Amino acid sequence: MEKRLAPAPETYEQVTDLFDLDADWSSEQQAIAGRVRKMVDEHFLPIIGQHHNDETYPESILPRIRELGLLELVADDAIDPITYGLISRELDRGGSTLRSLVSVQGSLVMGAIKMFGSEAQKQQWLGPLGRLEQFGCFGLTEPDYGSNPAGMQTRAERTADGYRITGSKCWITNGVRASVAVIWAKLDGQVRGFLVETDRPGFEARHMHGKWSFRASETASLYLDGVEVPETALLPGATSLGRALQCLGQARYTIAWGACGAARGCLEETVKYLKERTQFEGKPLASHQIIQYKLAWMAAEITAMELIAKRLGELKAQGRMKPHHVALAKMNNCRKALEVARTCRELLGANGIHNEYHIGRRMVDLETVVTYEGTEHIHALTLGSTITGIKAFS
Amino acid sequence: MKIAVLIKRVPDTASVFAINPDQKSVATDKLKFVMSPYDEHAVEEAIKLKEANGADVVVVSLGPDSAKEVMRTALAMGADEGLLVTGAGTDSLTSKGVAEALAAAVKSIGAELVFAGKQAVDDDASQVAERVAELLEMAHASVVTKFELNGGTAVVNREIEGGSYTLELPLPAVITIEKGINTPRYPTLPNIMKAKKKPIAEKSLADLGLSAEALAPGVVLESLSLPRQNRRNHIIDGDTPARVNELIRLLKEEEKAL
Repeated sequence: MEKRLAPAPETYEQVTDLFDLDADWSSEQQAIAGRVRKMVDEHFLPIIGQHHNDETYPESILPRIRELGLLELVADDAIDPITYGLISRELDRGGSTLRSLVSVQGSLVMGAIKMFGSEAQKQQWLGPLGRLEQFGCFGLTEPDYGSNPAGMQTRAERTADGYRITGSKCWITNGVRASVAVIWAKLDGQVRGFLVETDRPGFEARHMHGKWSFRASETASLYLDGVEVPETALLPGATSLGRALQCLGQARYTIAWGACGAARGCLEETVKYLKERTQFEGKPLASHQIIQYKLAWMAAEITAMELIAKRLGELKAQGRMKPHHVALAKMNNCRKALEVARTCRELLGANGIHNEYHIGRRMVDLETVVTYEGTEHIHALTLGSTITGIKAFS
Repeated sequence: MKIAVLIKRVPDTASVFAINPDQKSVATDKLKFVMSPYDEHAVEEAIKLKEANGADVVVVSLGPDSAKEVMRTALAMGADEGLLVTGAGTDSLTSKGVAEALAAAVKSIGAELVFAGKQAVDDDASQVAERVAELLEMAHASVVTKFELNGGTAVVNREIEGGSYTLELPLPAVITIEKGINTPRYPTLPNIMKAKKKPIAEKSLADLGLSAEALAPGVVLESLSLPRQNRRNHIIDGDTPARVNELIRLLKEEEKAL
């Protein structure tokens, strides 16, 4: 019999894009997603395992993000929601910490400045933040006020030529290397947003060590001990807690897409493993019925997640995205991504807990993603109130 | 100065190839398409020249509407505009017809300098750019690894077995590019977005004053086939004397080599 050349390995479309969703995007959107994907494959996946292990920051990825001009797109409003979503998905396929780095800088910090900043603030910060010459962080959560930010203790008081801010913030991504912090504080009982340069006297950022998850992400606690800022530090449009939550809505949008990427990454790696590894009379693990059953379900879940993200993107592009839309997408996609990661971890057997594979890291990082930017339960309550008309929280 | 870069949309060589049942065409539904890699170097060289001396870089291609995707890549790298020769009669051309159409296109934009990859990685014909030079009566150099512009003269290095020529050509000229000449840049994401707004003009053969009949190929495609795998692996089990006997038997009876 005539032998043909062995077929090339299957493309990821066969594993994680069974509904051919990516084909719907414009050629620019596909090209951008492809560029980010390539950057992740070549420069992030080879190094991230070690950084996760050593609890160190993947510095070498920063020039690559700069080179792509990724955050510059965000800075000059040249990006549409779907493109931003696809970028988030591809970043998170590498690691949720990588997507977080970009989400915090792009959606929370630059987002707050773009939505609520003065012209002078936009002029001063968007350029350097977009080129990643400067980092920003977003200070909302406090040690005693996580899911209930309305109770925040951080206070701002008026001085002769500005404000004095006192309080503390925790779980602050990029907090250690930020040169500017968006700090939410109560001024005369009303939540307001301030842009605080982190070299002002009385400002301290402490690196939080000891996380099981998000180990390659720098998380800080911020301490503001009577930090004096000028009048111009106030974000004029950031007039209530609702404004802070609006920023989170933008970041949650990227998370809903990111979760699709994390799940895709797990399934791609698992399918490759199961086809290569043989057990029981030399048959690949992938040939067993119980394994195919699990793969089929994971592919179905990922398809559903992607459809939700796609719809969310359409709503956002049309200016129709409401908090309960984001809540549904964030709640569902993070939980499903975590379930996919855990199933994939199991399918890899003992190898699933080793850092030779990315699945274990993705799984523990997704534990963070399920919790941060509004826990699953808080999002469920938002949805509950939409569905029943009854608020189950105060 | 206007620089034209001839580029071609080709299947990614990492794709899985299949031949249609007619054995005369490649099944394209599962193929991923890219810019022919040598053409990427040609685009890069044109953009470098534009950055150094100022120039208008026009990418020129012939193919279906989907060829615009690879043209957009060139625009995202820094080319200014595109010209696509497309429509009736363009899908069945051989190198001769393609060259005549591209020559007419290059003439219509008035380019003084034409870059192209040294060959396309799909059919490896290595002749379109040279034919364009002949049709337009331009000087040409192929497989170029170094390019410099000295006023109206191009100075190039051309690879040959074991060494290289240094050639001087008066403009207008056609230069085909070899890989080592540069490293093609990756487009930044903002430039990919901006490329969407750059113009790609379309012309039919008729627009260029050509007819499909006049460009009809002089050769006929008989059939296509996939490469065969020549090497077979056969591991013989057993103890050494048994393996030796089996090897001799195989060489005599199966392979008829002894």
